Amino acid sequence: MALTDLTAEQSITAIAAGRTSSEDLVRAHLERVEHDDWNNFLAVNREAALARAREIDAMPQRPPLAGVPIAIKDALSTRDLTTTAGSRILEGFRPIYTATCVARLEAAGAVVIGKTNMDEFAMGSSCENSAYGPSLNPWDTTRVPGGSSGGSASAVAARQAPWSLGSDTGGSIRQPAALCGIVGVKPTYGAVSRYGLIAFASSLDQVGPFARTVRDAALLLQSMVGRDPMDTTSLDWPDPIVLPTAGRLDGVRVGVIEELMGEGIEPGVRAACRAALRRVESLGGTVVPIELPHASYGLATYYLIAPAECSANLARFDGIRYGRRAEATDDLLEHYERTRGEGFGPEVKRRIMLGTFALSSGYYDAYYGQAQRVRTLIVRDFAAAFAEVDVLASPTSPTVAFRLGERTADPLSMYLSDVCTIPVSLAGLPSLSIPCGLSDGLPVGLQLAGPAFSENRLFDVAHALEAAIGFDPSPPGVTA
Amino acid sequence: MSSDAWEAVIGIEIHAQLLTRTKMFCGCALSFGDPPNTHTCPVCLAHPGALPVVNREAIRLAIVAGHALGCEIAERSVFARKNYFYPDLPKAYQISQYDQPICGPGCFRFLTEDGEKTLGITRAHLEEDAAKLLHLGGEGRRANAEGSVVDFNRGGTPLLEIVTEPELHNGPDAASFLKQLRQTLVHLGITDGNMEQGSMRADANISVRPVGATGLGTKTELKNMNSFTYLERGIAAEVDRQIAILEAGGTITQQTLHYEPSTGHITSLRSKEEAHDYRYFPEPDLEPVVPDRAWVEELRAALPELPIDRRERWIREYGLTFEDAEVLSEPVQLGDYFEQVAALAPPKSTANWVRGELRALLRDRGQEPWESRVSPAALAEIITLVESREISMPSAKAVLGHVVEHGGLPREVVAALGLGAIQDEPALVAIVEQLLADNPVQAQQMREGKDKLIGFFVGQAMKATQGRADPARISELVRERAGAG
Repeated sequence: MALTDLTAEQSITAIAAGRTSSEDLVRAHLERVEHDDWNNFLAVNREAALARAREIDAMPQRPPLAGVPIAIKDALSTRDLTTTAGSRILEGFRPIYTATCVARLEAAGAVVIGKTNMDEFAMGSSCENSAYGPSLNPWDTTRVPGGSSGGSASAVAARQAPWSLGSDTGGSIRQPAALCGIVGVKPTYGAVSRYGLIAFASSLDQVGPFARTVRDAALLLQSMVGRDPMDTTSLDWPDPIVLPTAGRLDGVRVGVIEELMGEGIEPGVRAACRAALRRVESLGGTVVPIELPHASYGLATYYLIAPAECSANLARFDGIRYGRRAEATDDLLEHYERTRGEGFGPEVKRRIMLGTFALSSGYYDAYYGQAQRVRTLIVRDFAAAFAEVDVLASPTSPTVAFRLGERTADPLSMYLSDVCTIPVSLAGLPSLSIPCGLSDGLPVGLQLAGPAFSENRLFDVAHALEAAIGFDPSPPGVTA
Repeated sequence: MSSDAWEAVIGIEIHAQLLTRTKMFCGCALSFGDPPNTHTCPVCLAHPGALPVVNREAIRLAIVAGHALGCEIAERSVFARKNYFYPDLPKAYQISQYDQPICGPGCFRFLTEDGEKTLGITRAHLEEDAAKLLHLGGEGRRANAEGSVVDFNRGGTPLLEIVTEPELHNGPDAASFLKQLRQTLVHLGITDGNMEQGSMRADANISVRPVGATGLGTKTELKNMNSFTYLERGIAAEVDRQIAILEAGGTITQQTLHYEPSTGHITSLRSKEEAHDYRYFPEPDLEPVVPDRAWVEELRAALPELPIDRRERWIREYGLTFEDAEVLSEPVQLGDYFEQVAALAPPKSTANWVRGELRALLRDRGQEPWESRVSPAALAEIITLVESREISMPSAKAVLGHVVEHGGLPREVVAALGLGAIQDEPALVAIVEQLLADNPVQAQQMREGKDKLIGFFVGQAMKATQGRADPARISELVRERAGAG
């Protein structure tokens, strides 16, 4: 077995047993990063990563993550390591500080090997909105890896890293995890500090892990959660994240979101999800249908709230203090127009315009205000559902990985990629995606969601299902 | 119609920088005059991914200010983003409070020569200051500048914006209000109130209406009045301008104006049509502010005596005039000093001494009473010595001068310099008789009714005794001995 086929847990065990070292692991993964067939990396941290690996190898007492390499979505600020958020406007930008979650992982012994490709400012579901060209899906390089954290998902599936960090606003971790056949977790809003996460939609953004096993994902999250004084929306974490061991689902009630199992969902996706739900029953759990009456308004709600927040969040990119600046002009307005006109891609501009309009005087109540009221109704729908069931299940994505260019001409069809993941995001609840089978040779993701702080329960259910399903997360032709 | 036929209606907006140690949303120190961009961090430079954290001390100061302004302190207040592009605003939005400010309606009492007046406070809210934009060349104006640079040291300084009801009717009252509001805020340690350095700034909303009317006319906003005098003059100029337009049959255009103190000219900065749409929305990076009610009450209970209450007490209990009280109340340390002396000596004399002789002597030395060698006890002793006629007024001034210069206890200074009043009656009689004999012409004129000349003899007597005689006693002796009546 190649070092790059090891899970993070296996790597830690192998290091502890003296069978390998952090330096060897980092080197092996860097090797694959530098021969990148999928355009997954926007920056490679070769020398610093190797130095850090050697440093950890020399420690008498290894930190818990033992020097295992990790890839970081380019939306997270990393000191001295180029951070662009997939945008031209931040081309070559080297931050002066490191995001809290990355700093915590580094302190726990993870070694950052590079920054992964993404849709510009996390706006997109295919990675095609990256200013640096799309990442490709390791299962079929004519297809997208999903987005916006496409590079992070593809890198883990392609064995360039055993695990990685992404960020999820409306599905940006779960959907690419589903399309790449790996595990992706969006924690409870506030679980992981957002300090250093380049903001898209502040009330929705959340950092989370990608991994090839549920236990690896839990292990990574374990090292990140908890209150950060630099992010006042971060939460004191009640119980530590524990690695799941459960094999059975006796007594677990799983609700199936009926609105997300019908029209608009590919038959192959539906079939794989139904099969996974039958496994819930065979493991001792019960499966019941659940209605979320307002879930169908989720997409419309999301596309008012997220653009509104992004229109303000992205206003700081004005070419004055950092980042790309257009050719000098005497006129201030012209400076803004040129810098932002040249620096942002079309999808980012579209959302800034949408959000600016939704917040405008005279329209605020009808759009942003109304969206916030619907958001409250969606929160109540979930609260009512969790009075009856422990976990909600649905497909993660209505389709398997689609072809490059298939949806770029039609933004609405692209937005529909997140129809299953958005309602959970609006409610701020934890959810994850695990691979539950193939459709036409491409991975299908099952989304599980729970009430706030139910990460441990979600990991237990996902781990039991993962074992029962026995999905092989090896894209054909990728493994060594 | 004449200008008596019009009534001005004025409301004031005040921005006060808070005396916190650090900025509103990050840990950078507040500073003034330090090298540019030396107090900055990812948060106040709006680097990608940085997030604001509310300064708890700013919340405390806002609540204390709210109590002093008689405001309701909101159970829950919300920060909002105010969006506009400008190089001095790095996030391109200012974090402010919009529809849910920390301080709700209140009422501020202030003293005028006509007595106490009140002004309704609409609200007070927290926000962050912008950075400082410097234009190079072109006389510092943006239009002609060769280039512009930004100093982010000031960016993110906590501000309290106080908005009053439109209930003032003239410039002098507006200036009185602002003076006393400033005094109150400074007294409570909320702001340093330095208007020249811009740590406190005021805008005036001004409209006029026919006397007797109840509706409001179209208002204009006069920006950044950085002194009480400019506020008063600016308001007068704008009220005159509006009345002139209306009397000529014109209409007032809603706009933002600049008053140029050096010329008295009013110029337009922007009209309503050019006004920004700030697209306010709740700041998603910050939780609502929900101060603990027990803490809010604690702060109310801990509020010290307010300047207006102090001034009213001085007038009521000490018999001070409005003017005495006004002069002695500013700055706060002067009032404290006065009170310490007044506790040991008659307050009305104390007021005269502090306002008069003491400040005059210290002015030359560039000193303030509370930082001088004249302790409150020393001044009280001097005043007491005068009151008990143990020393004369000229001697007292000499003693004070000595203490200002060298320090020391007044009684000891009196003894050392031999300044004690001459109590030896026969000696005084002898001096007076000698003077009358030496100046027969003046003595005669005095006897014939020229009373002024008593002063002449008293003066001569004081001179002869190096000021150690009691002038009142000399005056009596002069009348007695000259038989002048």
